[in-house]
Amino acid sequence: MIELDRVGMVYQTVSGPVEALRNIDLSVAEGEFVSLVGPSGCGKSTLLRVLAGLRPASSGDIVVDGQRVTRPIAKVGMVFQAAVLLKWRTVLENVLLPAELAGLNPKRYRDRARELLKLVGLSGFETKRPGELSGGMQQRVSLCRALLLDPPLLLMDEPFGALDAMTRDDMNIELLRIWGEAAEGGKRKTVLFVTHSIPEAVFLSDRVVVMSPRPGRIAEIVGIDLPRPRTVETRATADFGARSLAIYDILTGRAEGRPAQPLQALG
Amino acid sequence: MNLVARKILDWAPAVLLFAALFVLWQLSSTVFGIREYLLPSPHSVWLAMTSGEINWAAHIAVTATAIFGAFLIAALGGIVLGTIIAWSGVMSRALMPFLVFVNTLPKVAVAPLFLLWLGYGVVPNMLIGALIGFFPVVINTAVGLSQIDDDMLDLGRVFNAPKWKVFAKIRIPNAYPYILSALKVTATSAVVGAIVGEFVASQRGLGYVIITSQSSMNTPLAFGALVWISIIGLVLFGAVAVLSRVAAPWAEGQEAK
Repeated sequence: MIELDRVGMVYQTVSGPVEALRNIDLSVAEGEFVSLVGPSGCGKSTLLRVLAGLRPASSGDIVVDGQRVTRPIAKVGMVFQAAVLLKWRTVLENVLLPAELAGLNPKRYRDRARELLKLVGLSGFETKRPGELSGGMQQRVSLCRALLLDPPLLLMDEPFGALDAMTRDDMNIELLRIWGEAAEGGKRKTVLFVTHSIPEAVFLSDRVVVMSPRPGRIAEIVGIDLPRPRTVETRATADFGARSLAIYDILTGRAEGRPAQPLQALG
Repeated sequence: MNLVARKILDWAPAVLLFAALFVLWQLSSTVFGIREYLLPSPHSVWLAMTSGEINWAAHIAVTATAIFGAFLIAALGGIVLGTIIAWSGVMSRALMPFLVFVNTLPKVAVAPLFLLWLGYGVVPNMLIGALIGFFPVVINTAVGLSQIDDDMLDLGRVFNAPKWKVFAKIRIPNAYPYILSALKVTATSAVVGAIVGEFVASQRGLGYVIITSQSSMNTPLAFGALVWISIIGLVLFGAVAVLSRVAAPWAEGQEAK
């Protein structure tokens, strides 16, 4: 589904060029759930945007679904840390925005939009405005918007980072349900999920890509072979703890025998 | 407490203040003995406003035309210029320094030139009002069209949405609250401009009434004109307030400044 081959990115600032990404090699299979974790400034958000063709890579090759990415690719749904809803539109109209932007007839997507809202438990909220919803509900609307055109690839940039811990845990379980973990052999979307939270990454993912900063590189890729469907109990298992600790060790450098460093800027 | 009672209580302080000032004003002549030509009593202002001494309707019509005309020119011109600036970087770099320069000119001092170029009548007064009021509209329009979350713009780019569509669906509605709050400022500037124009040179209008009644010490007449001017100003301001409630109800209470 995704092939990144020695992808690098350098951007210019007032104080000179900054290398945001260096030598990123990564391949993601169709239907795989992959998280990117790392401290601030490790380029994980930049990587998502480069992948979507929203920012140009300076070097290397990006292939998504057999096509080289040189400009924005329409087959992605994006969810950001802020819900970025249009506050003058109703919930339903916000979910329909991608159809309008892509030049499709929004009327034909109404039923699907309602279905998606039902899926995330927002039936009856179609005519409300974003200002009337809680942060968690807004983020659900944003998820529906990303899913409207049924994109094969979902790019999520710290989508639950601004939510309180309990809402966040609920949203994690809900995301997995929507992703289709419960459906046997159902067609899952490929998900790239950026987060600051190690437990969140472990809970959601098939693999966790651990990145290190300045320049952003892949430090290690950790496979998470915890059984699915994952539930609240999953978080309490020893396996879950071990995976989380392994990633923590990579991030702090303990794994290489160096003394543990405090995790700076790791939310 | 029901809603009506609460509304009445909300308004009570403002109404009481006005009533108190009004009573004080009336007492100033009847009790404190301030001369009519310095501060006419509300009663004599009312008499001046209702007597057939001058043709109020004609003066009101002239001034109201100048004020509303100034407002419309400033609003439309400001929105168009602001949109051009937000649309094109080249146009922005070309226009902004010029507009800032125009805005730093003391518009009141330019008023006699307008009369020289355009002659007497309502048009130069309209243009002076428009000149005073247009700048906030330009700036707020340009800012409102540009203050978009980068993520939202990425959303537009993911779907290869054309620039005009991003303007129509995202940028323009986003700018409504900004534009409307600028229009409230412009509503008052338009009044100032139109009256300044009438002060400088005119044979009709409420500004003209003030100037002539002042020179003949007919102060109640000047006060009468002042009341009419503030009524016109309030109508315009109220219309903009209603418009903003209708056009951008989501921005109520968190209006962009």
